Amino acid sequence: MSLSLSFPLAMWWLAGSNPPGAAQRVILLHPVDLAIIVIYFVTVLGIGFYLKRYTKSGEGFFLAGREMTAWVAGLSFISANLGALELMGWASSAYQYGILAAHWYWIGAIPAILFLGLVMMPFYYISKTHSVPGYLKLRYGESARGLAALMFSFMTVLMAGIDMYAMALLMKVILGWNMHFSIWVSALTVAVYVALGGLFSAIFNEVLQFFLIWFGALLIPILGLIETGGWSGLVARIHQNFPQGDYTHLWRTLGHFADNPMGIHWTGIVFGLGWVISVGYWTTDFLVVQRVIAAKDIRAAKLAPIIGSYFKMAVPFIVILPGLLGLAVLPFKLVPANAVGPGQHGFNEVLPLMLARYCGPGLLGLGITALIAGFMSGMAGNVSAFATVWTYDLYRPFIRKGASDSHYVTMGRTCTILGMLVSIGTAYLAMQFMSIMDYVQALFSIFIAPLFGTVLLGMLWKRVTPAAGFWGLLAGSASSVAMFLLVKFNHSMLAYIALSSHAKDMAENMYRALWSWLICVIVTVVVTAFTKPKPVEELTGLVYGCTELPGEGHLPLWKRPVFWAGVSLALFLLLQWIFW
Amino acid sequence: MSEGHHIIPVWFFVGVILLIYGILILATGIYEFHSPPSTVLANLHPAVWWGVLLIILGGLFVYIHMPKKP
Repeated sequence: MSLSLSFPLAMWWLAGSNPPGAAQRVILLHPVDLAIIVIYFVTVLGIGFYLKRYTKSGEGFFLAGREMTAWVAGLSFISANLGALELMGWASSAYQYGILAAHWYWIGAIPAILFLGLVMMPFYYISKTHSVPGYLKLRYGESARGLAALMFSFMTVLMAGIDMYAMALLMKVILGWNMHFSIWVSALTVAVYVALGGLFSAIFNEVLQFFLIWFGALLIPILGLIETGGWSGLVARIHQNFPQGDYTHLWRTLGHFADNPMGIHWTGIVFGLGWVISVGYWTTDFLVVQRVIAAKDIRAAKLAPIIGSYFKMAVPFIVILPGLLGLAVLPFKLVPANAVGPGQHGFNEVLPLMLARYCGPGLLGLGITALIAGFMSGMAGNVSAFATVWTYDLYRPFIRKGASDSHYVTMGRTCTILGMLVSIGTAYLAMQFMSIMDYVQALFSIFIAPLFGTVLLGMLWKRVTPAAGFWGLLAGSASSVAMFLLVKFNHSMLAYIALSSHAKDMAENMYRALWSWLICVIVTVVVTAFTKPKPVEELTGLVYGCTELPGEGHLPLWKRPVFWAGVSLALFLLLQWIFW
Repeated sequence: MSEGHHIIPVWFFVGVILLIYGILILATGIYEFHSPPSTVLANLHPAVWWGVLLIILGGLFVYIHMPKKP
């Protein structure tokens, strides 16, 4: 799982999970299930060993040779985001909040992904950068690159550790496995296949993970809808079990913070989530952008996220629907994780409970393998991202310039192992101090909105100066830190940041992102007015107006990325109307 | 993957693992006719038809993307 929008909810899931020792095992594995899990580990290691011969150069190790087709880049792009923590966290959120959770997959993703594909991808690709910090270096200079690279490298290695801890905890809670065993086996496996195969390995295994997640999880909604007699039967059963709440309308209850269990307003969803957070994440998150930059040509780079958008739109079927089915069919009610008593189960166990409800031996192993694959892909993605950011954006420009390509590849392989060891340390820290996860999630949300402002202005406005890029990013991040700490130490400040005393914690991220983005943009514009821009000839390939963008007019309609983006947008709007 | 490269496409690996899983799950599903699990809707034998689906899809991927000698 990359640093995803759902991270705050996922952290809530982790924080509330049954503590070791007090856990009730939810699932019992049979020999065929264990065989399926072992085969997965053998396969990913085998792929890593096979791909080593293709990762002898920097381009091969860090950028997968830049030869991914649109489909491979697109599936990997979505897989890098879709991890097991997200699956578990959102299923439990759907149980708690109903279909409102689907906003994070629809308005919180689709417009942003299409924006990336059509507007921003051409500049990332034409600039031939290897990363988002790499683009910042070309556009604004080393200071902006250095700041972004430091934040990214810190976040990615911490996230790999959180993924590791989350997987170990999940295996403990639902299978009764020893946490140390889970941490070390998963860490060593990922370290080996990424150190050998670099981004190639990470991408290959993400595509594999994509198929395993769908085939592992799809049976739950299929059998669940058969059991309830379709969607209308599902809705009827939810109303019967929970007559007070409205769990099946997407927009109807967002007119006021107090009208819905999430405590959010439609303005926060549209402008906070739909604009700043989601566009910020999908257009600047290192992991997802790295996968698209590895595409073989600009058309594939534009199409890849657009292809991904269709699958992203379908994810609620395997994530949100199981949570809703839990409301309808489970013979007992789930409780908040911190209130779990003997014989009870927490919200966070809804997905494994649904898996155990419908899946016998074999199918259960496939479902568990899908979750393990999700976690390990998340670890691999973060560790390969760390290796790239460290080697190309920190080590090469600031520590050892002008070394040979093979030197940097060796550095990449070495820091993959070292990064994994640091991540193991983070996993153990998280075991001791759950609050570390609050700070990791804050780090992500603090940085991503201002970064989006900096990158967007850089791509669309040639007047923005290098100094403005750095100071806008710094001001936006600093303001986000200030708002975070303000609410942390005085919770009543949330009412000011979210502009309503009825706002709940979920609203904080949305409004904090909005304000920090605005502050970044305002500071960037003001500093631009007083500082000198780069000469136009240095902005070729980096900015709208200074870049010749290849046209699509000569292509038949069905081959144009903009056509498929239009179809995706139409489907998205249809879903909003259907589930209004 | 681009077609000019000799690297085995990722789809082949996907096909192999789906094929293996499909065989294991189908075999388990057939065994369950004699010893059904205590899951809901076990009478629909999901392991059988899901195993068949995985075998068909995995087999197709393997066949289409089988590495060819240069």
